[in-house]
Amino acid sequence: MMAYVRLLVALGLLSLLLFVVSLLVGPAGVSPRLSLSALIFGDAGPLTLVMREIRLPRAILGAVIGAALGLGGAAMQGYLRNPMAEPGILGVSGTAALGAVLAIQTGLTATFALALPFAALAGAGVAVTLLLFLAGRRGGALTLILAGIAISALAGALTSLVLNLSPNPFAANEIIFWMMGSLADRSFLHVALALPFFALGACLILPLGRGLDSLTLGEDAAEALGVRIVRLRVLLVAGVAAMIGGATAVAGAIGFVGLVVPHLLRRTVGAQPGRLLFASALGGACMVLAADIAVRLILPDRDLKLGVMTAIVGTPFFLHLIYRTRGRG
Amino acid sequence: MAFVCRDVTVNLGSTPVVKSVSLTIAPGEVVGLIGPNGAGKTTLMRATLGLLPFSGSCSLAEMPATSRARYAAWLPQDREIAWPIPVEALVALGRTPHGASISRLTRQDAEAVRRALEKADMWAFRDRIATQLSGGEKARVLLARALAQETPMLLADEPIAGLDPAHQIATMEVFNTQAADGRSVLVALHDLGLAARFCSRLVLMQAGRKVADGRPEDVLTAHNLAEVFGIDAYRVETADGLLLQPLKLAAKT
Repeated sequence: MMAYVRLLVALGLLSLLLFVVSLLVGPAGVSPRLSLSALIFGDAGPLTLVMREIRLPRAILGAVIGAALGLGGAAMQGYLRNPMAEPGILGVSGTAALGAVLAIQTGLTATFALALPFAALAGAGVAVTLLLFLAGRRGGALTLILAGIAISALAGALTSLVLNLSPNPFAANEIIFWMMGSLADRSFLHVALALPFFALGACLILPLGRGLDSLTLGEDAAEALGVRIVRLRVLLVAGVAAMIGGATAVAGAIGFVGLVVPHLLRRTVGAQPGRLLFASALGGACMVLAADIAVRLILPDRDLKLGVMTAIVGTPFFLHLIYRTRGRG
Repeated sequence: MAFVCRDVTVNLGSTPVVKSVSLTIAPGEVVGLIGPNGAGKTTLMRATLGLLPFSGSCSLAEMPATSRARYAAWLPQDREIAWPIPVEALVALGRTPHGASISRLTRQDAEAVRRALEKADMWAFRDRIATQLSGGEKARVLLARALAQETPMLLADEPIAGLDPAHQIATMEVFNTQAADGRSVLVALHDLGLAARFCSRLVLMQAGRKVADGRPEDVLTAHNLAEVFGIDAYRVETADGLLLQPLKLAAKT
């Protein structure tokens, strides 16, 4: 118990530190003291504007989206009892991306600023409706995985079709860059859009910790322990879909965070799925904040995409996971 | 309160797997559920727990999920332990119907976990990682998890398969201790010798039907052994009860 509390405090402090560092990194190159005083006390000057309207929403989104990805990954792994599961397995990020791509392609994004995130949310909504229809009441974990794979494949194919038939190379370019995932140039409008979905998802998922703990014994034993499996599955799918839909809508597809973070933290929480929820939320926030700092430090003038960064850092961890589990039956 | 089931019928798809089985178990009984593979033992137990849709009535399945979990513990046959969690935390999952969270146990919960681990002879393993144990050790940890639930009733599906002889006997003795405390046990078994020796009553199933129900010596007759299991056995009734050793396949009639 004490070790767990210490872990949460450590992860909380680390994410706070990374949050502050994230506020201090940018092309403006102003000293930390000046930046922070402009942020907190404020004046009519341009530095206050930069801090409050550009860097603050970016740092908040980094923390929120990271937490959503970490929590979503831990929830999916706990429910499916599989360390290879990740939130994208539901197909929600795929359909959200499809929605966004359609918004870019049709030129809706040019007519009003939030068309893209709204279209992405609509895409996520379609996926979650299909999922609950296919795997809601009856049908266990396997149906859910298969439904998710089918939805992902369809969304991927339709996205490719849009790119394939795109008459406009600029739109195609924009689509490809958007899909790499980024937190650059986001505003408080984006924060206001993503935050309610994250809050809703977290409220649905965090109380499921005990049920996920019981699922360690398998669905049958968990149900006999009083866990209402159908209710748990519906709440979990809805929660993950809300968070991942919201995250994809404002930041594009950011891979590997939901896969790697729960895996990294599993041993430190004694592998208990309930504890892993909180820890992974904080760990995900740390990872995305750190990656978003890294993209700004490594290639400051090339707009290195966040999703590219997390995948490049995440893949070696994934290979490490395969290396360690190989030969363990 | 007793365990009462009437006319339980379970269809998987269009195939009837359990056909109109009625069963009553009183406190203090250790009832062995025996029958060949596919006789419907597991399906019957899962249905009575409300884990499968069925027709008929059953006192357990009618309870709300949480009260049922405080009344009956279920030890499934597949010994699944999904995550490398410590033995003590795994056993503590048995306390969740009593409102415990495995992250924060009350003193009573911790005591119940200790008692259960001692009964299953696994106290020395409490800090080990459950997934790293041997098959037999995992079976005993999962038994401890069910015992930690401290329910008036325990349903166990082949709990002694794969255990060494001493732990097979020890497990059957744990069930008898439970019964002596006024609890009841329904246990599916394939070892007819142990079933004859340690169960106060046997229920014999064949092709989804209950074909015999009574004292071991009345259920494990030469006729039933040949008809239901297709075997001949050496059987002798002693002062300690029925002794039974399967010998060979019965001649086909």
